[in-house]
Amino acid sequence: MTMVLNHPGIADADHNADALKRQGSRERRVLASLTLPGAILIFLVLILPIGWLFWLSFFGPSGEPTLENYTRMLKPIYVRTFISTFEVAGLVTLVCVLLGYPVAYLLSQLSERTAGLLMIFVVLPFWTSVLVRTYAWLVLLQRTGLVNTWLIDAGVISTPLPLVHNMLGTVIGMVHVMLPFLILPLYASMRAIDSVYMRAAANCGATPSQAFRQVFLPMSLPGLAAGVALVFVLCLGFFVTPALLGGGRVAMWAMQIANNISVYGNWGAASALGVVLLVVTGIILYVFKRLFRVDSFEGVR
Amino acid sequence: MLHRPATETQITHFQRLWLYMLVALVFAFLIIPCLIVIPMSFSGSKYLEFPPRSWSLQWYEAYLGSSEWRAATFVSLRAALLTTIFATTFGTLAAYGISRAYGAASSLARGVFMLPMLVPLILVAIGCFLVYAKIGLNGTTTGLVMAHTVLALPFVVIAVLSGLASYDMNQERVAQSLGASRPWAFLTVTLPQIRLSVMSGALFAFVTSFDEVVIALFISGGQNATLTRLMFANIRDQIDPTVAAISSLLIGLSIILLVGSHLLRGREDRK
Repeated sequence: MTMVLNHPGIADADHNADALKRQGSRERRVLASLTLPGAILIFLVLILPIGWLFWLSFFGPSGEPTLENYTRMLKPIYVRTFISTFEVAGLVTLVCVLLGYPVAYLLSQLSERTAGLLMIFVVLPFWTSVLVRTYAWLVLLQRTGLVNTWLIDAGVISTPLPLVHNMLGTVIGMVHVMLPFLILPLYASMRAIDSVYMRAAANCGATPSQAFRQVFLPMSLPGLAAGVALVFVLCLGFFVTPALLGGGRVAMWAMQIANNISVYGNWGAASALGVVLLVVTGIILYVFKRLFRVDSFEGVR
Repeated sequence: MLHRPATETQITHFQRLWLYMLVALVFAFLIIPCLIVIPMSFSGSKYLEFPPRSWSLQWYEAYLGSSEWRAATFVSLRAALLTTIFATTFGTLAAYGISRAYGAASSLARGVFMLPMLVPLILVAIGCFLVYAKIGLNGTTTGLVMAHTVLALPFVVIAVLSGLASYDMNQERVAQSLGASRPWAFLTVTLPQIRLSVMSGALFAFVTSFDEVVIALFISGGQNATLTRLMFANIRDQIDPTVAAISSLLIGLSIILLVGSHLLRGREDRK
């Protein structure tokens, strides 16, 4: 004790506090500088270009300032694209929920080991390139594809069904891509539900379906909401699968943006569409985060 | 067996047979498109068949014999390797900074590094195309690697942050108090202990770049066209069975990567 009291540093505590403060701000500078290389890249490749697109969205083809790029979006052709994009996104999300919820539920009820093994069915598609899977669906669904060949050989149909290059093919392909995005967060949140609650509900006299509806379902909602928001938002901006399986019959937002640039070279129109897409995406994620207390959309992969 | 209770609420296996069947169907739906292309790619006839009536390696020969496909494969591999190096380095540094900092600065940085995951890809693609046109980066490996590195950063940051969360930072302070400089303490004490997280981040980075289509469609081209760009054009315009051979090879690659990531995660859990 006496040693501490005799320590010369105690005499000027203010001096020490200053040193600590300097040390603290130096620490903050060091830590900030570590994030710099990545942050600079993100600025160059993401933030700067989007800022530029935002700026361009207020100019017409010959460089005159205008709001035309935004007012144009009220025209029927654009409105149709928005409607069909939301239709496709909504339908794909709905099918994903109907197929994904039972899968996540059953997996969450099995032992960690069995579930981990069965998870391969969900994770292998996840690790397989979207392009490869889209190609596989084309091989399966086209006029001379496997499904039609089998159905004809089995005598179920006599002429090939139009399964692809239309809305149906697009939805099938997109559901295949999106399903893991729904199952994975949902499974994680269902795993976290303690089975004690279900036993307690049964003990209190609830029938199995009552226990499920009143106990399990509400507790799984935040995980479901995270998956739904993610899938819906990814669908809104999805390009590859609709472009290949839609056969030009399914107008999607992202394709409209791409066409505005590669076909018409109209940067203003493409930018405005992009800005609105970004805003809509942000709003949806924010609303879901607030409404369902979704902690984060991280860690899906 | 079937009449034994399966849940806490005493539902029997028999009563939820429908659930097992539904889940089996969904699994089939998920897995069949991933696997069916493989046997078909060995078809000996002029068209793709299942099951193939005769077997051959003709589509693999067509792939390996085409200088265009070979060049594109090389471009994609090179971009993916470079992306892995940059994204893993920058992402690990950033995750370290974010995990040590606290308060508003830390959550702001975290938000910035998650952005690439949330912005629609098509927007990143046209934005890069626009900016790169002004600075001459369209059609270059540099431009492609920059864009792919940004896309991969969130995955690396998430992986490394989760590794750092279960690491006791005091060990690094001990090393520093024993005279190690800070970078040296990080390299010799911290990094070896979070290496599995860093490696799984690197794996994500590789896949993100190698499989990326939309950005590559806009900014890669000519000599530097990626494999995905070539495949996309090929699938859209004509269905060349060569793509079946390439797809099978890619599926093989994803199975290897999946097993790799599983092993990494398994070792992480055991720690």
